[in-house]
Amino acid sequence: MIWDKDIECMSSEDMQELQLKRLQDVVYKAFNEVPYYHKRYSEENVYPEDIQTLDDIEKLPFTTKTDLRASYPFGLFAVDQKEIVEIHTSSGTTGKPTVSGYTREDIDIWSEVVARGLTMMGIDENDIIQNTHGYGLFTGGFGVHYGGQKIGATVIPISTGQTLRQIELMKDFKTTMIIFTPSYGLHIAEELDAMGIKPSDLNLKAIGFGSESWTEEMRKQIEDKFKTPAYNIYGLTEVIGPGVAMECEQQEGLHIYEDHFYPEIIDSKTLKHVPEGKTGELVLTTLTRVGMPIIRFRTHDVTSIHRGRCGCGRTFVKMDRITGRTDDMLKIKGVSVFPSQIEKALLSVEGVEPHYQIILTRPDILDQIEVKVEASPEIFFDNIKELVGIRDKLAQAIHDEIGLRVNVTLVEPKTIDRVDSGKAVRVIDKREK
Amino acid sequence: MSELFVDQLSIFLENKEGRMLNTLDIIEKLSINIRALSIADTSEFGILRLIVDNPVKVKEELEKHDFIVKITKVLAVSISDEPGGLNKILRILDKHDINLEYLYAFVEQTTYDAIVLLKLENMDDGLKVLKEEDADIIPPEEIYTI
Repeated sequence: MIWDKDIECMSSEDMQELQLKRLQDVVYKAFNEVPYYHKRYSEENVYPEDIQTLDDIEKLPFTTKTDLRASYPFGLFAVDQKEIVEIHTSSGTTGKPTVSGYTREDIDIWSEVVARGLTMMGIDENDIIQNTHGYGLFTGGFGVHYGGQKIGATVIPISTGQTLRQIELMKDFKTTMIIFTPSYGLHIAEELDAMGIKPSDLNLKAIGFGSESWTEEMRKQIEDKFKTPAYNIYGLTEVIGPGVAMECEQQEGLHIYEDHFYPEIIDSKTLKHVPEGKTGELVLTTLTRVGMPIIRFRTHDVTSIHRGRCGCGRTFVKMDRITGRTDDMLKIKGVSVFPSQIEKALLSVEGVEPHYQIILTRPDILDQIEVKVEASPEIFFDNIKELVGIRDKLAQAIHDEIGLRVNVTLVEPKTIDRVDSGKAVRVIDKREK
Repeated sequence: MSELFVDQLSIFLENKEGRMLNTLDIIEKLSINIRALSIADTSEFGILRLIVDNPVKVKEELEKHDFIVKITKVLAVSISDEPGGLNKILRILDKHDINLEYLYAFVEQTTYDAIVLLKLENMDDGLKVLKEEDADIIPPEEIYTI
């Protein structure tokens, strides 16, 4: 089923016309209503009337997280605070958080895009959605909630944690869709396994996950553990929250809701557009957001975008799963390494669980990489030679992937931190900066 | 699978302070006695091998505490506790080209014999030749209750 066929299957000419009109509107409004944009654009000598084609967007300066923080708390609002009906913030791990304000219309847009995505995953009013994303300042919980309500599904707003309770409700309420972060999903799978509950004892037909980077191998593991297809949800608080792009049943990339969010892919060094289909940093512009227009926001997420009609019938541009971040990229011995590459290598070895931690040290002048991997019954043998063989195989797989030698350490199960909520700590960098 | 094979517990342990004690504490709480024990290790991890009188119960309990445990088959052979006692057994294996993966031995207090636990590459062939050569194979019931 398609939630809004007119929009989701629109021809690219019509879409571009719509986007240009909306882009002109949002730039005009931002320039006139938001002092930050007025100042920036005046300094750069670029004005709303310079936007004559979609490509003219390149004339506009980028907006970064630093710019958002500098406008803390309400400096980027384009409307009076009384028009704002809800506020979310991104985590403020490095200083002040970034604030995201929504008018009533913005909440409607958010509900609409998530509704489209849930429909893509085969969910409708008959379904029961167990939403393990946290409800609060984090956008994950509410985004899914609004979308679920919009399509008329039954939403269980349980938030993260209380895993035993989650499992109880999953069984008693006959949950048909569960939303989780990949690491929390694995945690639930472990508990199910420990309790002897099989996927066939549950009623799941779809899993939606996001807000953490993951690999295709991790998806396969989750699908295998739950015997349920898992779909990707992408979004970020600064732009709206989850629902910027979501995956259809083809599971070959995420449809970006480009009538609301205009995507560009840039080279993060030259800051120029890369050719279509090439990998680079995703830059997003909100085309319709009323309360807080965000123009050319640098997401630091690495992906590529592809056009053309999808097997599902939609024409929305598709982006690949996020393969890394330009800022979580590790520089090790001068080589760029993404944690996702190490995960991919580990999971290529049969029986390895995706519980790992990368520890970087610099004992003298050279970087050392240690990768701790939890042993599992599948890779444990009563034979030191075979265990050493597994360890070496893992080190070799990582070497093949990133081109660097690493020390792999097998550790006992459940010794790598995986908090009941939130995101797994994948990298510990002990090198002096 | 021969009934003469003894169930041994093989436990994955990280080579770090307190891990061994932690494991044995759990077994102590079950009031289960350890008959024999050996460790194979590298600088980072190792395998703790145990003979206990109720291997299934110990395995279940350790798994509840997130240990990785496997039950492995080994052979127990009685040897005389005197110079050359073990060599007799090794010569039999050597003569018949049976590869030895590992062994460990302990001395039995009551009879003053020694008992050697053998893990062979091919357990069935090993058992066959040891029987043929009249080695004194001890059945599992006896080992568990020594």
